[in-house]
Amino acid sequence: MVNQSKKTLDTNITKLVNQPYKYGFSTSIEKDIIEKGLNENVIHIISQKKNEPEFLLQFRLKAYKKWKEMKCPEWAQLKFSEINYQDIIYYSAPKIKKKLDSLDEVDPELLATFEKLGISLTEQKRLTNVAVDAVFDSVSIATTFKDELAEYGVIFSSLSEAVQEYPELIEKYLGTVVPIGDNYFAALNSAVFTDGSFCYIPKDVTCPLELSTYFRINDQNSGQFERTLIIADENSQVSYLEGCTAPQYDSNQLHAAVVELVALKDANIKYSTVQNWYAGNEFGQGGIYNFVTKRGLCAGLNAKISWTQVETGSSITWKYPSCILVGNNTQGEFYSVALTNNYQQADTGSKMVHIGKNSRSRIVSKGISAGQSKNTYRGFVNVNNKAIGARNYSQCDSLLIGNGSNANTFPFISVQNSTTKLEHEASTSKIGEEQIFYFLQRGISLEKGIELMISGFCREVFTELPLEFAAEADRLLSLKLEGSVG
Amino acid sequence: MNSNPPILEIKNLRTSINENEILKDLNLTINKGEIHAIMGPNGSGKSTFSKVVAGHPAYEVIGGDILFKGSTILNLDPEERSHLGIFLAFQYPIEIPGVSNEDFLRLAYNSKQKFYNKPELDPIEFFSVITQKLELVDMSPSFLSRNINEGFSGGEKKRNEILQMIVLDSELSILDETDSGLDIDALKIISKGINTFMTSNKAIILITHYQRLLDYVKPTYVHVMQNGKIIKTGSAELAKELEIKGYEWLK
Repeated sequence: MVNQSKKTLDTNITKLVNQPYKYGFSTSIEKDIIEKGLNENVIHIISQKKNEPEFLLQFRLKAYKKWKEMKCPEWAQLKFSEINYQDIIYYSAPKIKKKLDSLDEVDPELLATFEKLGISLTEQKRLTNVAVDAVFDSVSIATTFKDELAEYGVIFSSLSEAVQEYPELIEKYLGTVVPIGDNYFAALNSAVFTDGSFCYIPKDVTCPLELSTYFRINDQNSGQFERTLIIADENSQVSYLEGCTAPQYDSNQLHAAVVELVALKDANIKYSTVQNWYAGNEFGQGGIYNFVTKRGLCAGLNAKISWTQVETGSSITWKYPSCILVGNNTQGEFYSVALTNNYQQADTGSKMVHIGKNSRSRIVSKGISAGQSKNTYRGFVNVNNKAIGARNYSQCDSLLIGNGSNANTFPFISVQNSTTKLEHEASTSKIGEEQIFYFLQRGISLEKGIELMISGFCREVFTELPLEFAAEADRLLSLKLEGSVG
Repeated sequence: MNSNPPILEIKNLRTSINENEILKDLNLTINKGEIHAIMGPNGSGKSTFSKVVAGHPAYEVIGGDILFKGSTILNLDPEERSHLGIFLAFQYPIEIPGVSNEDFLRLAYNSKQKFYNKPELDPIEFFSVITQKLELVDMSPSFLSRNINEGFSGGEKKRNEILQMIVLDSELSILDETDSGLDIDALKIISKGINTFMTSNKAIILITHYQRLLDYVKPTYVHVMQNGKIIKTGSAELAKELEIKGYEWLK
């Protein structure tokens, strides 16, 4: 019966919607954790545990003071219950007996965890052209290819290590792009950040490997507050990728990260993210609250920063990777695919601030919303009166799947000089039953049809991803989406 | 079992959508080599009929049977029906942003190849196949890189449907108002495409409002559908009569 074929279609859909989250397992491991709650004493403890110099403790305390005076922003199109900051553990680290000299000393349980996530840290199996820094809850576990990179003068390590080894670089740059009081979540992060990645590319060096950090939240009650700082000195180039996963819990975990990029004269930084935090179940329970501040500073002439993000996870995403184009002829780019399904909510976009002459920026945002989810693009293009000849091109496309989802676009533009050239394009389309039937009638399966439509919709963004990850992103999206039509 | 069953046999078919009964006791038999025209006033169930044969999930079959070459297809998914050789040229071909015609056509072609355990074609091999077919509907190769039906004129959309029919080489093709909204040149191109495509092993159902198309594509039978069933069947002459008299006199 036709009725029956509808049922088959529906069953397929249900099966595919309920694709289990592949990374939902948790690792049981002996941990060094501190009491729940946030106060000055906790900040002292974190700083002490990390053996930090005085300037960093002061940085944290100042940030904490600011944070206490601030309020959680309410302008985003997000609904969530109030976060109890006293119910979060601010430091959770796997117990490590002594300082690690080689991977052999890393707890095999941890290595196995990353192995299971597809990130091999061991010598034999690691990716040959990608250096990885693996962060587990509050600390960095291992960084691969450190010595190889050092030959080129490239510093790639955990932020904690960098604080010990290169305190002068940290003191000079930390908090310069995202000031401690920038926003509520940046202030919180500045007060309690525990680890993250640090990267410095010296003058005239093109980083020989892709650099990447893999973030894993494991503990149910701890927040993850990592901080990444990348400095590309004059005429240097680097491509950096971050990946994120978390176990499946029915409570929400807070992730409030800060990423700061500094590109000096003629430098080029490409920063890509594949975010696949646990998104909560089909009833909207659990999942990560992802409040992230990412900003890049194109400080010198001709500097270029490019953000590419594929956001598929988290129950809440609040994230606006931005570029401050200070130098003349600087370039900022933002390419984004944000996918929401079930009850996920994403409020994401970009900010481009034009200060330098002839600075150029480009925003390409693709939002896909399925299920009962909410997907919002929020952008701000600000052209200063000094930015003679500045140009911006923005494109925001939304794709709705089914009838229950929601897409919003809030582009905000402020131009203070008449030499600016600005373009904005937006579109909304829908994958509905009729499109699917068109594919089916031509003998193309539901899965293939959706895959084709999604990859077509996202093509402009995926081509910006490092090659190794473009295919993965494609697969990730179709996996998350298949079956949300019906 | 008949050794040479009709391509399509509709037996006492009753269907509904949202509990509205649309097709009421429909009967129709179509043999190889035949072209059937189905005419009838708006809302008589012509488009519903085409979608039900193709297996659209929104319609529920509440009685009767549809046999394709002697076997029921009621329990088959739309894509299986397509593989077996049932093609529907849509009345309003839908736009699919972000997917090129070439990828779509190749995927459709290869899906069928795969179903019959035949080798799939890579993009280069497929390109040489498709360029020959393009000529049959007078389309330039530049159309391949455009997204499916996106920004197509009405005529281009309809030609695209005929192209897909030719590529899939379907045995039973249902053309739902493929002639509506076409200018006379486009109508000629499409008719030529249909006539070149038609062989003694195939069958075509033309759903149309106008006699015009039937001047170019000669039907074996003309049926009049009203209120969910066929109320009159005749030769090509019947269409001419309808053109003059309308449907009222049949009541």
